[in-house]
Amino acid sequence: MTALSPSPTVGSRIAHGFGAFVKARETGILLALVLVIVAATVKNPNFLFSSDGFRDLLLTPSILLLVAVGQAIVIITRNVDLSVGSVLGLTAYLTGRLFIDVPGIPVIAVFAIGIVAGGLLGLINGALVAFAKVPALVITLGTLYAYRGINVLWTGSDRINSSDMPASFLALGTQSILFIPILTIIAVVVLVVAAWYLRNQRGGRELYAIGSDPDAANLYGLKVTQRLLAAFILCGALAGLAGVLYAARYGTVNSQAGAGYELNAVGAAVIGGVAIFGGSGSVWGAAIGAYLLLTINRALPILGVQDFWQRAVVGALIIGAIVLDRVLALRQARRLVEARDS
Amino acid sequence: MTNFLQALAPATRTYKDHSQPLWRRILFSREAAVIGGTLLVILVASLSVRAFAKPITATYLLLDIAPILLIALPMSLIIITGEIDLSVASIVGLSSVTLGVLHQGGMPIEAAAVVALLVGALAGAVNGFLITVVGLPSLAVTIGTLALYRGLAVGLLGTKAVTEFTEFWTDLAKSKIGATAIPSVVIPIVILAAIFGVVLHLTPFGRGIYAIGLSAEAARFSGIHVERTKFILFMLSGLVSALAGIYYTLRFSSARGDNATGLELSVIAAVLLGGVSIFGGRGSTLGPIAGAVLIGVLASALRLANVTSDVINIITGTLLVASVVATSFLAWLRTKRSRPGKKTETLAAAKG
Amino acid sequence: MFGNTRKARAAAFAALAVTVALVATGCAATGDNSGSGDEGSGDANYAITFLPKNLGNAYFDTSDAGGADAIKEFGGTYAEVGPAESGPDAQVSFINTLTQQGVGGIVVSANDPQAICDALNEARDAGTKVVTFDSDTNPECRDLFINQATAEGIAKVEVDLIAEQIGGAGKIAILSSTPNATNQNAWIEIMKTYLASDYPDIELVDTVYGTDDDQASFDKTAALLQTYPDLKGIISPTTVGITAAARYLSTSEFKGKIALTGLGTPNQMRDYVQDGTVTAFALWNPADLGYLAAYAAKALIDGDITGAKGDTFDGGKLGSFTVGENGSVLLGDPFTFNKDNIGDFDF
Repeated sequence: MTALSPSPTVGSRIAHGFGAFVKARETGILLALVLVIVAATVKNPNFLFSSDGFRDLLLTPSILLLVAVGQAIVIITRNVDLSVGSVLGLTAYLTGRLFIDVPGIPVIAVFAIGIVAGGLLGLINGALVAFAKVPALVITLGTLYAYRGINVLWTGSDRINSSDMPASFLALGTQSILFIPILTIIAVVVLVVAAWYLRNQRGGRELYAIGSDPDAANLYGLKVTQRLLAAFILCGALAGLAGVLYAARYGTVNSQAGAGYELNAVGAAVIGGVAIFGGSGSVWGAAIGAYLLLTINRALPILGVQDFWQRAVVGALIIGAIVLDRVLALRQARRLVEARDS
Repeated sequence: MTNFLQALAPATRTYKDHSQPLWRRILFSREAAVIGGTLLVILVASLSVRAFAKPITATYLLLDIAPILLIALPMSLIIITGEIDLSVASIVGLSSVTLGVLHQGGMPIEAAAVVALLVGALAGAVNGFLITVVGLPSLAVTIGTLALYRGLAVGLLGTKAVTEFTEFWTDLAKSKIGATAIPSVVIPIVILAAIFGVVLHLTPFGRGIYAIGLSAEAARFSGIHVERTKFILFMLSGLVSALAGIYYTLRFSSARGDNATGLELSVIAAVLLGGVSIFGGRGSTLGPIAGAVLIGVLASALRLANVTSDVINIITGTLLVASVVATSFLAWLRTKRSRPGKKTETLAAAKG
Repeated sequence: MFGNTRKARAAAFAALAVTVALVATGCAATGDNSGSGDEGSGDANYAITFLPKNLGNAYFDTSDAGGADAIKEFGGTYAEVGPAESGPDAQVSFINTLTQQGVGGIVVSANDPQAICDALNEARDAGTKVVTFDSDTNPECRDLFINQATAEGIAKVEVDLIAEQIGGAGKIAILSSTPNATNQNAWIEIMKTYLASDYPDIELVDTVYGTDDDQASFDKTAALLQTYPDLKGIISPTTVGITAAARYLSTSEFKGKIALTGLGTPNQMRDYVQDGTVTAFALWNPADLGYLAAYAAKALIDGDITGAKGDTFDGGKLGSFTVGENGSVLLGDPFTFNKDNIGDFDF
């Protein structure tokens, strides 16, 4: 006779949820972020408590957050997109050119065109990966070069100045609503939608399946090609949106905008717990990873470390994160084997 | 019973050594196609681009692609085993900074160069350790070490550059062989290429590299030390990258943390263009060298024709993507064509 | 079957190479027209190429346009090449290409005094005349240096401006371009000496480098304000730096409270002078600088001068100039821009 376990009570549900929260990878990163902010604020209270400081703390990583979320989606499918920096640069310049060449264009149209342009560039990546079955690493390495080259060719020795863009657009980059910068609000909204999609929608959960075992996903009948295309288009579109926001934030766009962003995006995702081998992780982790990376960059000079060591810190964090993930995975596997054998 | 065994193992072979005659195998290989493309570009450029057909073009060309040629040698071995090393450019920067900092601090340049080589080998060894002992995927590890080593290089020197070096060595880096236009740096490249070529094609270690690329599990069961081989390859990659870094520093008389940023893309483009398969198990030493030369000649001709360097970047990126997609496409063509025939052949063999 | 795919592969590659070669031919056909300067016709080789620290920099756009005007006046061929990012060795491959092309003159603003020396000397061995402007190299690598103003004059005017704006006492910081830049480093050294001797109550707390990149300079300004909350003033002796710093300051709570001065172009600074972020700044006329440099190159190509002290040459509409110490030619004095006169200029 089977004994049914009693249905979980509200109390045990809360306890279970709380336990999961504490043990989650993302919580560890969140704690690290809080620690860094506390340390920097102790040294210099202006870091958090001045209006500029608080604004910059929330504002600067917002752009990276968008790119990291897109990158996380692609990494979850066991691919990588190294061309996001170049896509960002191209759409940032496109934004400026739209304002110059089409006077009076509504800001919302510029946003739409930027996102669509980014999506198209991502589509090229996705098509090559999904149809030609070439590793995404190589494809996006090539498109990183190619898109940046197109950007520089188009820009020439020109640059977009803040005087070329309408004040209402630039205000998006610096204004706040209720002390929270508008850019951050946009980024968080995108983050919440992406997280909901990945967790609760079929399309999102299938991405995890494809990343965990592409062959099994194929045999199971999932539309792998479609999902891969969607993932790359999404990544490109988010990079495009980030490019539009970059133009609003910095006001000046030259041909080198966004150079090096791909490394920070991959780093943010990896630090945030997205396994480079695909199949696990969440966009929350990537978002917190983005904040952690850029906040460390800003906190280093205050803590007395020359900001030249920033990249070394990023590299050490990435390696630390993947080693930690590996150790945890090995321990988990051993525990499962013991449970099975006992 | 013995009749059956005898029937299965005939005493004399009835099939040929190769499916193609020798001339066909050489002429229709990937390397021949790349070399042919190079010759074609040289021909067209000599006729249409002013000032291309001068010996000084070859000098600058070889001086420019020397680091790519050097690093392409161990990189092709690594890619043949199915791994990748994205941190090579950062190791170039790190060794460049080591050389600069030590020399500025008073160490004679020869000793500083040796230390730089050791630093490179150590960096490669760290890569190898994380990949073989800890078991992490090489893509993730080398992305992390790309940031870490570049960060160490920039951190040591800031964005300042050390530009005072012993004139003897900077002149040597740019000197030419005798009265020809060929730079002296070609000599160590040729020697290293010969060594790598012999190791890859003529030693058991080299055969092991191919075996690991085709199937690491099968290779391990065949008795090949997979982890040890990969570790040695990554250490070699670090060492050769450090050597390229020393050359780079001496050629430009400038040791800076940002040196050679983005070089890994050129190296991988050259290697993949030269026929090494990104999936592992296929490739040679001559192919990547031919690929590097093709990209270099193209870039040189376009620069002389006043085409800006970003267009050259677009072409490199497109060539990289096109070469890999073409390989994939041709492989798909081959499976489409072979499938109908193969089925009847195997059925016939089974029956008869 | 194997033969077909091998052949197909070789054919695919040949086709690819041919396509690329044709593209190269096409570009070469158009590019060749701009690069010519035939020695065979008996004229002097007036093909002069400007090689600034980096492209996409408003200051160099103006100076190189001045050079283009001069070259048009005396019937030469103008070209401008340069790296997208400033760096000591970024200019070397461009110099190599120019040597191969056999241009008549190179006019360069150097990112480092030593790094491009060997390449420049190779160019001079091949017969090209080398003129540096704005930022010099070591004197043995070039034929002439066109200096916009004395280093003392530039340093002094900036320190005087900031001292006036912060009331003679307080903490200041410097936002420079690249750490190796010859000109900025020379000015900063003199600034430090001048501060020590004439303004002992002003403390220079930090020098940060924005590498003449707009975003980096923007972020470095933000970092400076974070790290030194009681900062009173910033000097930025580079037009990219001062523009980015002004843009950051004008949207921050420190607008008007922290003084900002340095070297800027009127067009880039006009909005910030008018909204009160910047009171006054200095510069010279970059177009005149490029103009004079082009005429100096012409004089060298013609053989009128060799770059020795005391040589005089014709500077077109700017008049006649004499070569001073160490092969350097002085353009004039720095000029201070403020709210009253900024409307009179357009560059």
